[in-house]
Amino acid sequence: MDGYNFAYLDEQTKRMIRRAILKAVAIPGYQVPFASREMPLPYGWGTGGIQVTAAIIGLADTLKVIDQGADDTTNAVSIRRFFARTTGVATTERTADATIIQTRHRIPERSLRADQIIVFQVPIPEPLRWLEPRETETRKMHALSEYGAMHVKLYEDVARHGRIATAYDYPVMVGGRYLMRPSPIPKFDNPKLDRSPALQLFGAGREKRIYAVPPHTEVYSLDFEDHPFEVQKWEQACALCGAGDSFLDEVIVDDRGGRIFVCSDSDHCGERRAAGHVGAQPDALGQPADKVAP
Amino acid sequence: MMAATPLLQVRGLTRRYGARIGCRDVSFDLWPGEVLGIVGESGSGKTTLLKCLSAQLEPDAGQVVYATRDEGPRDIFALSEPRRRLLMRTDWGIVHQHPVEGLRMGVSAGANVGERLMAVGARNYGRIRASALDWLGRVEIARDRIDDMPRTFSGGMLQRLQIARNLVSSPRLVFMDEPTGSLDVSVQARLLDLLHGLVADLGLSVVVVTHDLAVARLLAHRLMVMRAGSVVEEGLTDQVLDDPQHAYTQLLVASILHP
Amino acid sequence: MYVAVKGGEAAIANAERLLAEKRRGDPAVPELSTAQIEQQLGLAVDRVMTEGSLYDRELAALALKQACGDQLEAVFLLRAFRTTLPRFGASEPIDTARMQVERRISATFKDLPGGQVLGPSFDYTHRLLDFSLLATGGEPPPPAPLGEAEPESMPHVLAMLDREGLIESEIDRRPDAPVPDITRDPMTFPADRAARLQGLARGDEGFLLALGYSVQRGYGRNHPFAGEIRFGAVEVEFVPEELGFAVSLGDVAVTECEMINQFKGSATEPPQFTRGYGLAFGHCERKTMAMALVDRALRARELGEEIDSPAQDEEFVLYHADNVEASGFVQHLKLPHYVDFQAELVLVRGMRRAAEAAAQRARPLAVAAGEE
Repeated sequence: MDGYNFAYLDEQTKRMIRRAILKAVAIPGYQVPFASREMPLPYGWGTGGIQVTAAIIGLADTLKVIDQGADDTTNAVSIRRFFARTTGVATTERTADATIIQTRHRIPERSLRADQIIVFQVPIPEPLRWLEPRETETRKMHALSEYGAMHVKLYEDVARHGRIATAYDYPVMVGGRYLMRPSPIPKFDNPKLDRSPALQLFGAGREKRIYAVPPHTEVYSLDFEDHPFEVQKWEQACALCGAGDSFLDEVIVDDRGGRIFVCSDSDHCGERRAAGHVGAQPDALGQPADKVAP
Repeated sequence: MMAATPLLQVRGLTRRYGARIGCRDVSFDLWPGEVLGIVGESGSGKTTLLKCLSAQLEPDAGQVVYATRDEGPRDIFALSEPRRRLLMRTDWGIVHQHPVEGLRMGVSAGANVGERLMAVGARNYGRIRASALDWLGRVEIARDRIDDMPRTFSGGMLQRLQIARNLVSSPRLVFMDEPTGSLDVSVQARLLDLLHGLVADLGLSVVVVTHDLAVARLLAHRLMVMRAGSVVEEGLTDQVLDDPQHAYTQLLVASILHP
Repeated sequence: MYVAVKGGEAAIANAERLLAEKRRGDPAVPELSTAQIEQQLGLAVDRVMTEGSLYDRELAALALKQACGDQLEAVFLLRAFRTTLPRFGASEPIDTARMQVERRISATFKDLPGGQVLGPSFDYTHRLLDFSLLATGGEPPPPAPLGEAEPESMPHVLAMLDREGLIESEIDRRPDAPVPDITRDPMTFPADRAARLQGLARGDEGFLLALGYSVQRGYGRNHPFAGEIRFGAVEVEFVPEELGFAVSLGDVAVTECEMINQFKGSATEPPQFTRGYGLAFGHCERKTMAMALVDRALRARELGEEIDSPAQDEEFVLYHADNVEASGFVQHLKLPHYVDFQAELVLVRGMRRAAEAAAQRARPLAVAAGEE
C-alpha cells in the first residue's frame, strides 16, 4: 500500500511493541502496558491483535485469520485483507500451513506446533475487572496475588446454579502466578492453552495491554476440588463432517425451530470432509464444493 | 496468667489533619485475650486512633508494634504492604460501624463468610460452605439464609454477618468501631450478648471504640477515655466507670441516666 | 429459510460500493468540495481537528467528507492517519498571552486591560431558523465594522489575580521533566496533570460537557467562574537541534478557557482561588469550558478535596473520554459473538434441564401430598 510502512506500523512502533511482547513472555500472564496506536480499524475490532501481528510478521510468514473459528466471517476477512494489502505476505485458511494465526474467540481444533504463534484479540484483559473497577486496585491485587475475590465469584456460581456458570473467557492461572483472561474463547478451548508448544500472544488495543503464555507453560482453569473444571459437550455430532469432539455452532435452518450443529472451526471441518468423514446431513448448508476440497 | 509479650504495643501515636489534631501521643499495651475499650464523645479522636491502630490510616508519628505469629513483634507500618495486607485479612478482623462498609453487598451471605478462606487458598467448595454454615449458626443467622443477599437482611443480621465474615479466619485481634452504633436499641442488647460470648469463647483480643458506656462496661476489661485527641484517663473498666478521677470522665459517667 | 451468517469478501466489497454511492447522494446535486467544508462548516472542522489531535484543516475537511459528516468517524479517520506520521520533536510551548485575539471575554470583571472582545459568536443570536439561508448564490454578507485598533497587549485575567496572590500560581513543578505524551506512553494512574490535560483535550466533547454539567449540578461542586475565554491565532515555534534557536512554523487557531474556582484553604495554605484549564484547536468554546471544569474537578486529590463524584474520578473520566475508543468498543457488539453465545446456550440449557429434573423429582411427593 503506497505511503505506508510494511505492516502499516512504523518500525519504531513495532520495536516498542516487540519490547512489550518480550516482557510479556518473560512474565507469563502479566499484563504489560504498551502505547497502543490508533489503527485504521476500530477499537474493539481486533486492534490489539493486529498490532501484535504487525509487530511480529515478516515476509516469510503465512498468516491465517479466524473469527468465531471461521476464516470467512466478515471481520476475519477484513483483517486478513488489511495484512495482505499492507504486507503482501501469503495468507491461508489452513491451520497447518500458517505460521501466525490471529484469532477472535476460538483456538483451532488442530493442535498447534512449536513453529506457530497464535495471536488473540482481547476486548477486556483484566480478569478482576467485574469485581474491582479500579486499575490502581487491580494492579495491586495482581502484585500481591490477592485472588480470593475471583473465587468468591465462582463460589456464588456454584451456590446459585450448582456449577461454575462461566461459559467463555473463563479465568485461568498462568504458571501458578498470574490470574489471566484467555479472551472470550469458549471454555471448551481452555485445555488447549495448557502447555501448548506454540507461543500464545494476547493483544488488547483499546485497553493498551499485551500479555503472553510462553510455550509449554502451565495454564490452569480455576475451579474447586469438588467442582472441577469441565468443558462443554454436545449430544450431537457435526452435521457436515460427523466430528463428535469439536466445538459446534448451532445453525437455525428454518423458521419452525429446525437446527443443525456444525463445526465452528471451518478449516477443521473441511479437512475432515476432504479425508472422507461424512456427517448426518453433509449437504445441509449447500456448502460449495470448493470449500470442501482443499 | 498473662503471656510474656503484649500482642500490641502502641507508642506515641499521633495523627493530625492539617492543624487539627486527630489523636495525640497515645501509648498503651494490649495483652492476648484482653478487651480494651476506647470511649469518648464524637470528635474525641477515638475513630482516628482505631484507624491508625488497624493500619487503615498512617500516623504522623509513633509506632504500632504487633506480635506476629512467625516473626515476633513488628512495627506494622514498617512491614511491606503485602505482609500488612495479609495480616489484615488473616490475623486481624475489622468490624465497621456500618456493616455495608465491611461486607460485599453484591454476593450472598455464604460468599461473604467464605471469602477470607478462599483468599488464603481454600479450594474445596463443600468445606468452605460447611465453615460458612457453622459461622452463620454461631452468629445466630438461620442456616437457610446462606444463599440470600445481604440486602435482604435486617441491620442486626448484617452486623452479625460482618462479625462472622471476620471471625471465620480465626483472627487473634479484632478492631471494632461502634459495633452497635448503627442498630436500634432493641437489637443492641442481643448483639452485645453475642459479642460478649464470642470474645470469651474464642479468647479474642479486641480494641473496641464506643461512645456508649454500657457497651464499654459489658465488653471491655480496660478503658481509655479520650478527649480532644488525648487519653485523659485509663484503667480497669469498673474502676474508671465507678470511680472516675478525671473531671471529663466524671462528666461522661454522670451524663448516663441511671435507672 | 437458511441465511448464510458467514459473509465474505464480496459482501464487504459491495458494502463499500454502496457506501460510496450513499456518500455522493443524488448526482443531480453538485458535489461538496473540501474547501467548502473547510470554509462553511468551519466549526465541524475545528472539532474534528481537536479530537483527532491533528491540526490540518484540509485533512479534517476531507475526513468529514469521507465520513459523510459523521464527526466521530471523521475523528477516527484523522487519528488513524496521525498515528502514521513521523515525529520531528516537540514544539516550544505556545504563548496564548501573545495571541492575535479574535474574541476574548471574561465573566469575572466588567472591564479589563485590552477590553472585552465579543468576536464571532452565537451567544447573543436569537435561535430562529433563518430561511434566507435556504437560498444559495446570493451576495456574501457585507463585512462587519471593525472595532477600535487592537491593543498591544491583552494580559491574561488570571495573571492579574496571580499578582495579588489571590489565585494559585501556575508553576511547572518539574520544569526539566519531559512532557508526557499519552500517544506514546500508556496512561498510568495516578496520572499527572499534563497527561490528564492531553486526555481531556482529545476527549469527546459530549462526554466532557455532561461531566462539566454534572459538576455544576452538585456532583463534585467547585464553584466555577469563567475567568477568561479567548480565541485567536498563536505562533508555533520549534527549535531544530542543528540551529539551536526557535524558528516559526506558522500560526494555529486555538481556544483557551481559564476557569476560576474557590478553594477553602487547608492547614498549610490560606483560602485562594484555584484554576481549571481548557485548550482546543480552532474555535471550540463549549469544549474548552467543559474541559476546564473537568480539569478542576480532577484536581480534587491534589487539593485534598473529598472524591465522591464521577467527574473527580480520574480513572473513570480518562478511561472513558476518548470517543475513538468508546465508539469502537460499543460498536464491536455488531461483530459475531456466536461462539460465546453458543457456549452460553449450552450452559443455560444444561442448567434448565437440571432445574426441570429437580422439579420432576419433587412433583410425585407434591401429588401424593395433594391426594391425602
